Amino acid sequence: MAAPWVSLRLVAPMLNGTRGIHRLGGAVVPEGNQKKERTMLQFLTNHFYDVEALRGYLFQREMSKVHLKNRSFTWLEEQHGPYSAGAFFILKQGGAVKFRDKEWIRPDKYGHFSPEFWNFREVPVEAVDASDCEINYEGLDNLLLLKELQSLSLQRCPHVDDWCLSRLYPLADSLQELSLAGCPRVSERGLACLHHLQNLRRLDISDLPAVSNPGLTQILVEEMLPNCQVVGVDWAEGLKLGPEEQPQDTASPVPA
Amino acid sequence: MIRRVLPHGLGRGLLTRRPGTRRGGFSLDWDGKVSEIKKKIKSILPGTPCDVLPDTSHLPPEHSDVVIVGGGVLGLSVAYWLKKLENRQGGMQVLVVERDHTYSQASTGLSVGGICQQFSLPENIQLSLFSASFLRNINEYLAVTDAPPLDLQFNPSGYLLLASEKDAAAMESNVKVQKQEGAKVCLMSPDQLRNKFPWINTEGVALASYGMENEGWFDPWCLLHGLRQKLASMGVSFCQGEVTRFVTSSQCMLTTDDEMVTLKSIHEVHVKMDHSLEYQPVECAIVINAAGAWSAQIAALAGIGKGPPGTLQGTKLPVEPRKEEEPDPANLEVDHDFFQEKVWPHLALRVPAFETLKVQTAWAGYYDYNTFDQNGVVGPHPLVVNMYFATGFSGHGLQQAPGVGRAVAEMILEGSFQTIDLSPFLFNRFYLGEKTQENNIM
Repeated sequence: MAAPWVSLRLVAPMLNGTRGIHRLGGAVVPEGNQKKERTMLQFLTNHFYDVEALRGYLFQREMSKVHLKNRSFTWLEEQHGPYSAGAFFILKQGGAVKFRDKEWIRPDKYGHFSPEFWNFREVPVEAVDASDCEINYEGLDNLLLLKELQSLSLQRCPHVDDWCLSRLYPLADSLQELSLAGCPRVSERGLACLHHLQNLRRLDISDLPAVSNPGLTQILVEEMLPNCQVVGVDWAEGLKLGPEEQPQDTASPVPA
Repeated sequence: MIRRVLPHGLGRGLLTRRPGTRRGGFSLDWDGKVSEIKKKIKSILPGTPCDVLPDTSHLPPEHSDVVIVGGGVLGLSVAYWLKKLENRQGGMQVLVVERDHTYSQASTGLSVGGICQQFSLPENIQLSLFSASFLRNINEYLAVTDAPPLDLQFNPSGYLLLASEKDAAAMESNVKVQKQEGAKVCLMSPDQLRNKFPWINTEGVALASYGMENEGWFDPWCLLHGLRQKLASMGVSFCQGEVTRFVTSSQCMLTTDDEMVTLKSIHEVHVKMDHSLEYQPVECAIVINAAGAWSAQIAALAGIGKGPPGTLQGTKLPVEPRKEEEPDPANLEVDHDFFQEKVWPHLALRVPAFETLKVQTAWAGYYDYNTFDQNGVVGPHPLVVNMYFATGFSGHGLQQAPGVGRAVAEMILEGSFQTIDLSPFLFNRFYLGEKTQENNIM
């Protein structure tokens, strides 16, 4: 909404640095030009209904692309079993899956992956690496098919927010490792509803921009999950004001 | 010779332009014309106000297809869905009339902002579920170009209801209905409760129901602001004023039992401005009563309840700004003793850590309390054919607003409820005496 054509606000801020398809050539647009583009576009939007409608339409199209990616694959469950259905969803999104006693299956740079997992009807999925995937709340329907998941990595997922975290409780029995590093929409309120996951042994909550007080949140999460090793923030971060960084005492009179 | 010819030529030229004037009279006319031209230039030049038409920018428009009385979350939700579901873009002119633009007494702003699916009526559960999905996708529904995304600050903690021995059966059947409708609620025994929440005193508790998903609380101001922003971009007009009069026209009709019925329809709404006697008559086709705690006054203006008691004409809208046990609703002063005497003992009993509790701040707000059965009133009035209600939710208005707004919009545009059937919430039940009551009142 703030930048031309691409709904950068709803997609992770990291995309600000990458090149949008509509930018010229291969060079990264400098900040000054971006600002000029933005205000020009805003001016046009405020003065012409057509521009506003066009931008609204493009935004809705971006949203429907995300919805399409997160459509339901639960119909595959009858034919191929829940584990293959869930694995297919993750692989389509661009993530990687690891079945028990098998190797990691990853899609290559063209998005193709080997179809051998269709044969693994009874083999449960042990680990899922969904980093940088566009999973959202609806997509979790498919992820929750994997009942015996032990390790889940949702690093830098742009659409994973507090609502999604509140939906992870069905995996409480088996989930042992969870990583939420770099998710722009996860806040401490979402982290609070991880209290259902009592079997968690390792939780990564580093680099969460929406969390207001990372040090305090780390302490609270550690208290909430006593058996879990919480990786992420050094809790003393907020206290790191050394003697040279002490705030100047402005009330003291200036020596004459 | 030439001197005589030139004026003659000029004179003829002028005369050909104005055949009516005398030959020697054009100089007087010229002076008059000059002064006229000077006056016109003076009035057109900036600096002098052109007060040909009086300034009406503070008044609402003279015509509007739909007038929504009440600019709280329910009124705005109805406006949003009307504009979203209309068949032609710009097909409906909607005006939202709100008496207080600071929302100082409106229930929306003063609400805690909780959302919960643990009801016993399936319609209530469906409304809350839809509202949860609306709030989850709020940045898609209420997207405005160049506006920052809304952060509702949703806290996804669930609601925990405790039941004693005698209420346990009712709670079990409620949870069954909730699970059927798709709410994620689970039952817990006292042991499981102690395990999960060791700080609760489970004395006297036979059963507990805990909401796992889609329950919690959020910021109602953010929702209000988001709705207002989106509505402004969709072309809905807002007006600050008070509705003082409805001008209706009646029609007498015969029912199939040969009874005379007077059907009224509102065709004008008088909106009075703040701190003045000035009012604007707004011609309208449909009026929506979403005035919250003051809905009964608006209904009385339309003549609802003016008739012999016991008849349909005499059935008033039973919505009041109060709740039974709670303190005096004449003003919004907080009664601190109420907390000390009525609420704190229960808290301290259940949660021993709260014995040393001290209240830091408190605020009060009105419930649009439905004295009949504590559930909302939705849909048209049987006699005043173009007044639709969206009020009386007795504390659940905020969490059911998106669903109710959609239902009222469907009722207006399609003639019947399409997605969630809210027929148990129609006005008729007050006359027929059929209570649509919740088993467990929160």
